[in-house]
Amino acid sequence: MDLIKDDYKVSLEVFEGPLDLLLYLIKKDEVDIYDIPIGRITDQYMDYLQLMKVLDLNIAGDFLVMSATLMLIKSRMLLPVEERKDDQEEEEEDPRWDLVRQLVEYKKFKDAADHLEDLELHMENVFGRESEHVELGAPPDIDMRDASIFDLIASLNDALGRVQEEDLQEIFAEEYTVGQKVTYIVENLKIAKRLSITDLFGGMTSRQEIVCTFLAVLELIKLNRIACVQDAHFGDIVVEPREPEVMIDHDEEPEGGDEDSAVQEEML
Amino acid sequence: MSESTIDVLPELKQIVGALLFAAKEPLTVKRMRKAMIETGNGFGGPYEQYAKATDQQIEGALEQLKEDLDRAKAGLSVALVAGAYRLQNDAACGPFVRALLEKNQTMRLSKPALETLAIVAYRQPCLRSEIEEVRGVSVDAVLRKLIDMQLVRVVRRSELPGRPWLFGTTQKFLEHFGINTIDDLPGSQELKRAMPAEEKKKETTGTFPDMENELNEAPADSDADESMAALDEELQTEQNAGEEKA
Repeated sequence: MDLIKDDYKVSLEVFEGPLDLLLYLIKKDEVDIYDIPIGRITDQYMDYLQLMKVLDLNIAGDFLVMSATLMLIKSRMLLPVEERKDDQEEEEEDPRWDLVRQLVEYKKFKDAADHLEDLELHMENVFGRESEHVELGAPPDIDMRDASIFDLIASLNDALGRVQEEDLQEIFAEEYTVGQKVTYIVENLKIAKRLSITDLFGGMTSRQEIVCTFLAVLELIKLNRIACVQDAHFGDIVVEPREPEVMIDHDEEPEGGDEDSAVQEEML
Repeated sequence: MSESTIDVLPELKQIVGALLFAAKEPLTVKRMRKAMIETGNGFGGPYEQYAKATDQQIEGALEQLKEDLDRAKAGLSVALVAGAYRLQNDAACGPFVRALLEKNQTMRLSKPALETLAIVAYRQPCLRSEIEEVRGVSVDAVLRKLIDMQLVRVVRRSELPGRPWLFGTTQKFLEHFGINTIDDLPGSQELKRAMPAEEKKKETTGTFPDMENELNEAPADSDADESMAALDEELQTEQNAGEEKA
């Protein structure tokens, strides 16, 4: 596992934060944001955190702070109302209120960010007399818009759930590495063009193999070699190759890529 | 000059169209007015009327031109971006233009970058801690990247303990998203001022409202009676800013 630990640490906090995860869970369960079933959401939140630990993702402190907050709210909810009043001088406020406020505010800015994204996409098609877009200083971030990291983790969770309990009596040498799985995925995509993530994990029997495969997927996304797309919310995730040799280079903007096919689709 | 010459004198609308076509970069109303004043004074006679064109008249002409172009479906439009006017193609024709210019892969910002940018845009000038409060994560790396990209800039230090930096968006931000001012973003009133009370107090006693006004209104407001020298000076600073950018 050394290889995984040293070379393939994926820093999740770059992509999304605890509020994102909470919004995701709320949306997934279709619960009212103003009346969050705190027990259930806390449990799900902890499950995700657990899973991130399995993956050895760099869990940001923010995620842990949020889990403490959730626990606190959960425990306050358990207290009878009268006792709560003694404890806090404030009016008897729903213990969830602060969190709800934060979530609602975050959601507003998320929507604002979506609007900016629309504007950005629109401006891609607009040129002035200078025939240039505004030159921005640095190379693009990793593109994780298609399927969110949480969707990916959910699929991993499914796959791990299917694995039968391992027989712990015998210990075998490490069989799989992330590097192996990277090659495996790349080779398979050359033939298949599209791989559903369920198929990718299908037939794998050990947790280690699944985790390695998952990390390989993340790694390939990071290298911009593949894209994970999801046709419907919470639908199956499909892994697709990006145009070959399109790598994020820090000095050059990548050429070609999936834009070409997007243009063609629009024309058709 | 005979009367027929006067007939060929162009309308204001035609002139602004020609100026936008000839200019390689977006034009402010001031620069257009300067060209008109110079022409008017240089040619004299019937041309003198152009020297008297006000900003409002020029803006009206631009508006007319925009309507005409839209109606004619010329594939072109006049847009006001970051305080300056420019001719641009209709977005619907974008794919063809991209193919022609071989600009198929353009850079897009990531979700975290967009979220951070949205917070900075609506809340500016704002502290890093304010952004982190909304997003619930550390934004150090993202913010740094946005500053590198010149979409976000340091406005100044705040008066709070430790004198943390205050951040705001840049001209490039407006250009990148094709908007004229921050107020063009939807819901800006609602999202804008939700500053914690004590900070608001501290901030408003400072120079911040003035600064904000300056920032918002700098490109727009001006007097019709400005002297040529003042105009020149402003244009000079404008150009300097442009050169720095380049």
